[in-house]
Order: sequence, then C-alpha cells, then structure tokens
Amino acid sequence: MQMSVPSRQFDQTQADGPVLALSGITKTFPGVKALDGVSLELFPGQVTALIGENGAGKSTIVKTLTGIYQPDAGTITLAGQPVRFATAQDAARAGITAIHQETVLFDELTVAENIFIGHAPRTRLGLIDWPTLRSRAREILTRIDADLDPDTPLRELGIASKHLVAIARALSVDARVVVMDEPTAALSHKEIEELYELVDRLKAEGRAILFISHKFDEVFRIADRYTVFRDGTHVGSGLMSEVCEADLVRMMVGRDVDQIFPDRVHNPGEDVLQVVGYSHPTEFADIGFTLRQGEILGFYGLVGAGRSEVMQALFGITRPSKGVVKIGGQIKVIRSPADAVENGIVYVPEDRGRQGAVIGLPIFQNVTLPSLRRTSKNGFLRLAEEFALARQYTERLDLRAASLDQDVGNLSGGNQQKVVIAKWLATRPRVIILDEPTKGIDIGSKAAVHAFMAELAAEGLSVIMVSSEIPEVLGMSDRVIVMREGLIAAELEGGDLTPETLVRHAAGIGAAAETTAGDRA
Amino acid sequence: MTDLSANSAPQTAPGRHIPDRLQGPGARLLASWELLLLLVAVAIFIANSLASPYFLNAWNLSDATFNFTEKAMIAFAMALLIIAGEIDLSVASIIALASTAMGAAAVAGFGMPALVLIGLVTGVLCGAFNGVLVTRLGLPSIVVTIGTMSLFRGISFIVLGDGAYRGYPADFSYFGQGYVVWVISFEFVLFALLAVAYHVLLHRSNFGRAVFAIGNNATAAQFSGIRVERVKFILFLLTGLMSGVAAICLTSRLGSTRPSIAAGMELEVVTMVVLGGVSILGGSGSIPGVVIAAFVMGLVTFGLGLLNVPGIVMSIFIGLMLIGVIALPRLWQMWRG
Repeated sequence: MQMSVPSRQFDQTQADGPVLALSGITKTFPGVKALDGVSLELFPGQVTALIGENGAGKSTIVKTLTGIYQPDAGTITLAGQPVRFATAQDAARAGITAIHQETVLFDELTVAENIFIGHAPRTRLGLIDWPTLRSRAREILTRIDADLDPDTPLRELGIASKHLVAIARALSVDARVVVMDEPTAALSHKEIEELYELVDRLKAEGRAILFISHKFDEVFRIADRYTVFRDGTHVGSGLMSEVCEADLVRMMVGRDVDQIFPDRVHNPGEDVLQVVGYSHPTEFADIGFTLRQGEILGFYGLVGAGRSEVMQALFGITRPSKGVVKIGGQIKVIRSPADAVENGIVYVPEDRGRQGAVIGLPIFQNVTLPSLRRTSKNGFLRLAEEFALARQYTERLDLRAASLDQDVGNLSGGNQQKVVIAKWLATRPRVIILDEPTKGIDIGSKAAVHAFMAELAAEGLSVIMVSSEIPEVLGMSDRVIVMREGLIAAELEGGDLTPETLVRHAAGIGAAAETTAGDRA
Repeated sequence: MTDLSANSAPQTAPGRHIPDRLQGPGARLLASWELLLLLVAVAIFIANSLASPYFLNAWNLSDATFNFTEKAMIAFAMALLIIAGEIDLSVASIIALASTAMGAAAVAGFGMPALVLIGLVTGVLCGAFNGVLVTRLGLPSIVVTIGTMSLFRGISFIVLGDGAYRGYPADFSYFGQGYVVWVISFEFVLFALLAVAYHVLLHRSNFGRAVFAIGNNATAAQFSGIRVERVKFILFLLTGLMSGVAAICLTSRLGSTRPSIAAGMELEVVTMVVLGGVSILGGSGSIPGVVIAAFVMGLVTFGLGLLNVPGIVMSIFIGLMLIGVIALPRLWQMWRG
C-alpha cells in the first residue's frame, strides 16, 4: 500500500527567502493595541524563536497567522505570494498549523480520530476510510516515536501523550509552517528531549518552525533565529548565533534584569501546618510533612507525581481517604475550598484559565470574592471598601490594568495570575500554596513573583511552592519535598539540595526505586 | 461615589495607581441594555395610546398589570437562577401543584392563613426537590426540571382529573383581586416590593455577587471559596418559593383551580428574563432589565388585546419581539463592521 505519510522535502527553490512573512501587522482590541506594525519572517528548515514578555503580542501574532484573528493592517506573504487567511481553515489549507499551549483536542474521540479530525481520508462514497485513517495514524505515531495505540480514547492519556497526539495532528496535515506555542510547558525532561529530536526532524524535512518559549536554555538549544516583541512592537530579529542571553533579555524587557534569586534568611517559626498519613484512593499515599511559619517549602517531582493532587486535597477540592491535617496544632477537616479559606489555607492553581480568575467579572470583584465578608456589612456590598481592598493588593503586586473595573479576561496571563494572588493575600492567609507559580510567565514577571514570595515569607506567611523548574526550586525553597508516583521520595534540606539529588529522587534512580519505575512503564 | 479613590487604603507599595473605573455612571447607563429596553417600552406605550382610545385609562392600565405581575414574581428568581447558569422549567407546574394543594385544603375547611402557608410550603418543597436533584446528584437542571414539569402537573391531574376546586374562603380573594389604594392592586404592590428586594439581593448583596461569579465560571468560583452547590440550592428554593407566591395570587384571582392552571407560563417567564437582558448562558443580567421587560410584555399583550387581536397572534408577536430585541444589537454590530 502506498499510503506513505507525507514527509516530502519542500520546494527549496527560494531557500534563502522566508516561506512566510508578516509585515506591518497591526491589531487593535477595544482599549488595547495588541500589535503595532510588527513583522515576522519564518524560513524553511529553520526554527525561529518568538520571544517576549506576557502581553507582548505573541499569542496575537500566532492567532493572526493561523487565521483566527484578522489584522487591521499589514500583509502576509506565503512563498512570495500575498495571502489573506479569512478563517482558520484557510490557514490550515495553506499549510500552517499550530500546536497551542492548550491544544484543542477531543477527549471522547480516539487518538487516530483526533489526528485526522477535519481532514480524514475518505472512501469513494465520501465516507471516512477507517482502515486508511488507522494505518496512517499509526505511521505518523511511529515517525515521532510515540508508543500510542491509534484506537485509544484520548481521555485515557496523560498530558504528555496528548501533546504527542497534537504534534502528530500537526504533521498529518503536511504543514509547511509549524507553530509551537510553549510546547514543553507540561513535559518532563525526557519528553522535552524527545520533542527536540522531533523538531530537528521537522527541520530536516524543510518545514519552517515558529517556537514560542519562555525558557532561554531551550531557545538556545533549538532555535536558529529569533524575533523579539515588546508591548506589541517588533524589537529585533536575527540569528541566534549572534546574540547572547543577556542581549535577548534586554530586548525583551527593555532593561537589564537581575536573574539571581532573592537573598533569604531561613528562620522558620512554629509549626503552622502538619499533614500526617494523608492518602487518596488513586493519586497519593502516606503523605506527611510539616510546614513552619515564614518558610518556603518546595514540592518537586515529575509531571504526574501527585503534587498538585495533594495540594488540591489540602484545599478541599478532592477528598482524601485517610490522614490528618493539623493547622496551628488543631485537627481540621477541610471539605471544600470555603473551609480551607476559613482555616487560612489558600491555593493558586496551575490551571489559570479554568480555576484561577473568574473571567467575566471585573478585577476588583475577583480580588474581593473570598473576602466579601470583610468588605461588606450585614451581607450587603460596600463598593468603596471593595475598591480600596482591591487597590491595596493589586498595586502592591504592580498589576498592569486600565482600571479595577476592567474584565480580568482582558488581562495577560501574568497579570491574571497577579489578580489571583492578590485575591488570596487579601484574605490574610496563614498558608499559601502556589502551584507552578511562574509557569508560562516571562522572565521579568518571574523575578517579581520570586521577590514577592520571599517578601511574603519574611512577613511570616508560610509558602508551599509546587514547581517543576529546578533553578526555581533550588533558588527559592528552604526545604524541598520530592514526590514520585504519589509518594514522598525524599525530603531535602541544606547541602543535600542539589540538582542531582532532586532529579535522582524524582526519577527514582537508585537501588530501591528501580523496580517500581519499571512497573509503571 | 465620586470620591472613592480618596478612601483607598494606605499605599504600602510602589505599584502604579490604577483607577477604579474609566466610565462614569452616565456612560455606563447609556451603553446599557436596560436603556434600549426602556425606549422600546416607551415606544409601545405611545403606539398603544395612539392605536386605542381606551388605553390611557387608569383602570384599564391597572388591569393590564395583571398580565405580568405573577409571571414577573417568578421571573425575578428565575433571573438569578439563569445568571447562575441553571434553569427551572417546572415553575408553571409548581403553580399547578401548589394551587391544587391549596384547593384541597380549602375543601377540607382550612382558612386563609393556612392556605397561604400551604401554597408557600408546596412551592419550597418542589424547589428543594429540583435543587437536590441538580446539586446533590449533579444532574443538568434543564433535564431535571423538564422531568419535574411533567411530574408536578401530573400529580395535579391525578388529583383533579376533569374537575376543579372552587369555594375558596372570601378573605383569600384579596391576593388576586384586592386593591391597596385606588387603582393600585395588591399584586402590583407585591411585584414592586419583590422587584426592590431582588434588586438588592442580586446587585447589592454578597449572595448576588456569588451568583454572578458562579455564572461566569463555576469552577473558578469554587476555587475562590464560594460554596457553589449551596448557592444553587438556595436559588432553586427561591424559584420554588416564588412559584408558590404566584400560585397564591393566581388562584386567588381566578377563584378556582384546574390542573391546566398556568399552562405554558414557564416559557413566558423565561422569555421575560431573556428579554430583560439576562444571558441565557449565564453570567450577566439585571433585575431592572427584567422589570422593564415585564412592562414591555404586559403593554404589548394589553395593547393587542384592546385591538381585539386573538391570543395566538399575540404569542406570535411576543415571539417575534423576543427574537427581534435579541437580534437587533447583533445586527447592529455586524452592520457597523
């Protein structure tokens, strides 16, 4: 059967010129100029890194070149021809495909159906040609070394496998231009390496790749060219070989940024939170730890190690099956987030879009939502108090917003995160749990979040930080708990805290761990 | 209100100043749905007074209010429920069941206060039944209440069959037929008081804020410490309670109970809520909008009635008006680009 997966070399006749060029692109939303005359060029067989802080216009340009947004001004040229993408289908037909931060896949469909949705091979009668669809799906999956059964329903896969499906989907349309929007955000080290190999393969096939990432090591590892945006304008582009990290950072933020973590004195007070024998039927077992006042306790582990699940149980989202939580020495039963907030435990979730800010409500109402009892009188709202409370905390976090009455949905991701943190600080909590607090946040905001965490701990707040970034874990934590497969693998402190020990315990490299890790695979 | 920023908390950090609001109250009013709807109401009022010489008569206008007062009472609670992302289609059937319960009690010789209590309690129990199914079992409210719509009225049919309850005590007639002063009916006064109460509840209370938060993103609201299920359960209780209140008024006005009482009213209530600018997807809406929508629907029905337009044509007109008022802003946007 000659149903080979498309992997032909693209026409390299104009190998020197860009395959896709956007120039003078301007896009305005009510109240914001998201893009102001920016340009972007993508070359066949090369990876172009798009770099910029949150709100710099990266997502907007991606949506423009994939036909989701129509630019107000500017031109798009594809292989030398001016084009207009009126719809996302137009862009897809022109060979432009995107793997988004949160790729839209369908949980109820199988892997193969997800790969070919919208362009399934047809029989002569116009019906879906299932045997071809399955075999082609299998071919693509083999090509990217994804060990997945095409007939598995997507909902049974983990986030990393879903990502592979998204990549397979991108390859199935024979894309000339592949946009990868923070593709490594949810992946483990091993998976990231596999992704790099895949990108190299795509390059070799002559595809142009636009790679969006906040991680500089990644950008230097994989990109050939760069383009930097700042506040919706084009700041610079060129070859990666001609810049250093400091240059990029300067272009990105318009100033030099101190990347060193804040100096902290580890001076913990009394025990604030004690967790003993905490277990969940499927997610974690026998979790025990103590959190002291003014301490930052890091939780490190691979994706799926059960860290977020433990935190969500502490916050009352899921019910543990066993175990005791003591707050200030007293046993507390937390059945809902409302209970958790009353007991001084708050949680900044990783999934900002769904669980973080209430999109549709204005900023000030988001901030005061859990504190209404304090700003109101006898159950009736007092707007002046609400604005005052919201202002106090949002300004402290240096929120960038047009007004406090603005819908949080119009803010960039980093600023939405600030609103969520402001919301919790306004409740004057004892324990704040931050789940991947700087994931997908640009370097400028990252430093601000880190400084702020240090400040909170110094003021006596106890912080739990779930993080998958080793420099962050090492730079911020007083102690670190490493989780692996739902269990605590190690508790590390002081001299034991090194990148090697973290990775070793997280991956279960060591005599005792070998067997269980093998079972899992 | 103008001097909010002066009250703000001490500036502890160097953050840049963020204004409270960019638009003043005037600008927000001009951009509001309520203003558009008010203009529609005024236009209908003028058209009616030109079309019929009997329209501008105090007693006729007073009669016209009965076209909407009972529905509007339910619409207030329904507005909150729909803003929170749920719906109750069983409200008209709750009226039938509550009215049947009151009728049976009246036949058994209970007096007016007992009848009122029975009407209210029946409504609350029906609302609690819906609420438990939706919040405890996690069933979709549209399915649950389509089911209870048949169930509640079905019970009424079993009890009454082709028959009817009559013979309510004389003092029971005040709720649907009494006047407080001059042409101002008891129902109208109750409608006005409830409008104020629901306005305060939705727009001025912590509970109302929770309703909006849930309607915009129930998950994020739960993650913000809102007791989502509890709020939703209370909203079903309120809708049941208001159906009980409407049952008392309607039964009192008609003086009898048949199992077909208030048939189809649930859709008119939902129409009123949506016409009032409440998003059927939840998350936005206002009580003033619903109040104006109640007047609009009442005026249209009454005006067409004066012109001897048959009922079926009226419902066609109401349907077209609903689609028109919903579609106009969208058409306007498309036309402008």
